[in-house]
Amino acid sequence: MEKGVNPSGKSGGPLIRLADVTKVYPLPAGDVTAIDHLSLEVEHGDFVAVMGVSGSGKSTLLNLIGCLDVPTSGDLFLNGVNIRNLADDPLTELRRDTIGFVFQQFNLIPLLTAYENVEFPLILSQGRDGGPGPGEIANRCRAVLSSVGLDESLATHTPSELSGGQQQRVAIARALVNDPDILLCDEPTGNLDTRTGTTIMELLAEMNRAGKTIIMVTHDQRVAGYARRRIELVDGRLA
Amino acid sequence: MILFDYARRNIRLHWFRSFLAVIGIVIGVVAISSMGVLGNSLVLSISDSLTTVGDTIVVYPQSGAGPMGGGGGGTTSFQITQRQVDQITRAVGTNLVIPVHTGADRVIMGKENQAVSLYGMDPADIPEILELEDGIFLRSTTGAMAGKRLAEEFDLNVGSTVVIGEDGERVRIVGILKERGIGFDINPDYALVVSDRWFESTYGEEGYNMVVVKVEDLEEIDAVKTAIEDALNRRTDVVTVLDTRAILQTILDAFNNISTFTTAIGGISLIVAGVSILNVMMMSVTERTREIGIIRSIGAKRREVMRIFLYEALVLGLIGAGIGGVLSFGGAFLAVSVMLQSTTYLFVPSSLVYILYGMLFGIGTSLLSGLYPAWRAANLNPIEALRHD
Ligand SMILES: Nc1ncnc2c1ncn2[C@@H]1O[C@H](COP(=O)(O)OP(=O)(O)O)[C@@H](O)[C@H]1O
Ligand SMILES: [Mg+2]
Repeated sequence: MEKGVNPSGKSGGPLIRLADVTKVYPLPAGDVTAIDHLSLEVEHGDFVAVMGVSGSGKSTLLNLIGCLDVPTSGDLFLNGVNIRNLADDPLTELRRDTIGFVFQQFNLIPLLTAYENVEFPLILSQGRDGGPGPGEIANRCRAVLSSVGLDESLATHTPSELSGGQQQRVAIARALVNDPDILLCDEPTGNLDTRTGTTIMELLAEMNRAGKTIIMVTHDQRVAGYARRRIELVDGRLA
Repeated sequence: MILFDYARRNIRLHWFRSFLAVIGIVIGVVAISSMGVLGNSLVLSISDSLTTVGDTIVVYPQSGAGPMGGGGGGTTSFQITQRQVDQITRAVGTNLVIPVHTGADRVIMGKENQAVSLYGMDPADIPEILELEDGIFLRSTTGAMAGKRLAEEFDLNVGSTVVIGEDGERVRIVGILKERGIGFDINPDYALVVSDRWFESTYGEEGYNMVVVKVEDLEEIDAVKTAIEDALNRRTDVVTVLDTRAILQTILDAFNNISTFTTAIGGISLIVAGVSILNVMMMSVTERTREIGIIRSIGAKRREVMRIFLYEALVLGLIGAGIGGVLSFGGAFLAVSVMLQSTTYLFVPSSLVYILYGMLFGIGTSLLSGLYPAWRAANLNPIEALRHD
């Protein structure tokens, strides 16, 4: 069994590997199998669109890859590390340092300004070895906000004062600020009009070109067109 | 400190319910610290008095007429007889023995007719324990000396005449006594001091209500006390012998009862405050479930989530303790000036430290109450939390 995350992020194997993964939600009305014996590999730098009808298990798949949850059975490897063997704290660190989430609902923290939302993950990793110092935090926040194209004057606004597209830019900035290997996007354009959605997709495509591995859930064929590769889920299995 | 700021903003968003929770902390802090300050001031002022009047032993008849109860004008059946006074005198050797009659009667002073405390003493003894402000000490059977406060209130001067009792005997004021403050033997500030002879003939009394013994050497106080007890309480207890220390102890005991009660009130209000903080925090956790999911998804560990919520409890505690601390000065000032008539001992470190204790208690209560909600928040399942709305 492999130990420790490969610091170069360039192990011999794939970045993400699911081996016969099943996720069952036990419910009083009966168990729901959200992911059903699914195997999948995603290489460094890939851009995968995950499609499928509502309830087919797309979000569950993303949450598993994002270490928000662990498989009921089967193994999930990130950079060669089997996350089954990790306790809650190392899982959380993995989430913090190697994964960035972008949600359909933007999911910014309402009481914090745009800048503070972006700053938050950096503050969380401040204590670790090689973590950013105060000066570096400010630099990285500013750099990442400008890389997602958010006007500097908006940085002091709270999410409720921003448009949907602006909020999603802030959310992408927050996902990128810790320089993760993987961006997980759950219907990132689902709450945006077509034009704004397109600009967001162009931003994501640019991030992918810059080396980020992206896994994106979407219903939208046009949105899926930005991906290098598509998979479709039906009842928790690959179609 | 963004995490702290974040907690602070959340409190400000829900300022009203936070305010209600804080009130309890404030009350608790004020109650606990005022009592602490009062208690300490009391102890300090008593220990100060101890050195000034620590040389006094007071003998009371065994009736329970203790230091706090005055005598009832010539009707007390428990008294110390002349024979017992002689026994005391023999027992205490060279120390001075001052038998005292105590009573009260209606006294007409100018146009006023008022009940006034009376002390009957041998004129020769008066200069031994009291000081003169004006006029002369009592030298004969007739005449009286007035306490300073009584004289001020009823405009008595050297040469004034007052009428004492039903029969209306006119008595001349020959001297005004210096103000003495609260004494452990006699309290003549608001009384008239007359001669023992006059007292005995007017009220037909033989016995004394108390005997004051001035001990020359402080070291001897216990020995003198024992000697008096051995001489008089041979078969049954006929007298109670108190030294100032014992009297102070009774005062301290009385205070301790009050203080336990008030501190209990402070404790109860802290418990109530704790429950309401717990409630406010649980509401906060429930309302922010989704937010907790977001924070977890971007890489906050359980203990970091816990810290965010504990900060919130801490901010509530700090606000409560801060306001409480400021109000405690007022509360303590009030309590001390009412109970001790002096604030000398309020602004000393050993008193003020109780305000710090009170504040720490308040903050501690908040943190303790925040512990469970914070733990709940930290242990939410991130996925369920994210699906919450
Ligand atoms: N936390 C959960 N608890 C119980 N059931 C869940 C949970 N998350 C998802 N499910 C169920 O699992 C199935 C897949 O859900 P999901 O992954 O959200 O699908 P999708 O994102 O494709 O719409 C659905 O039937 C859903 O009801
Ligand atoms: Mg979904």
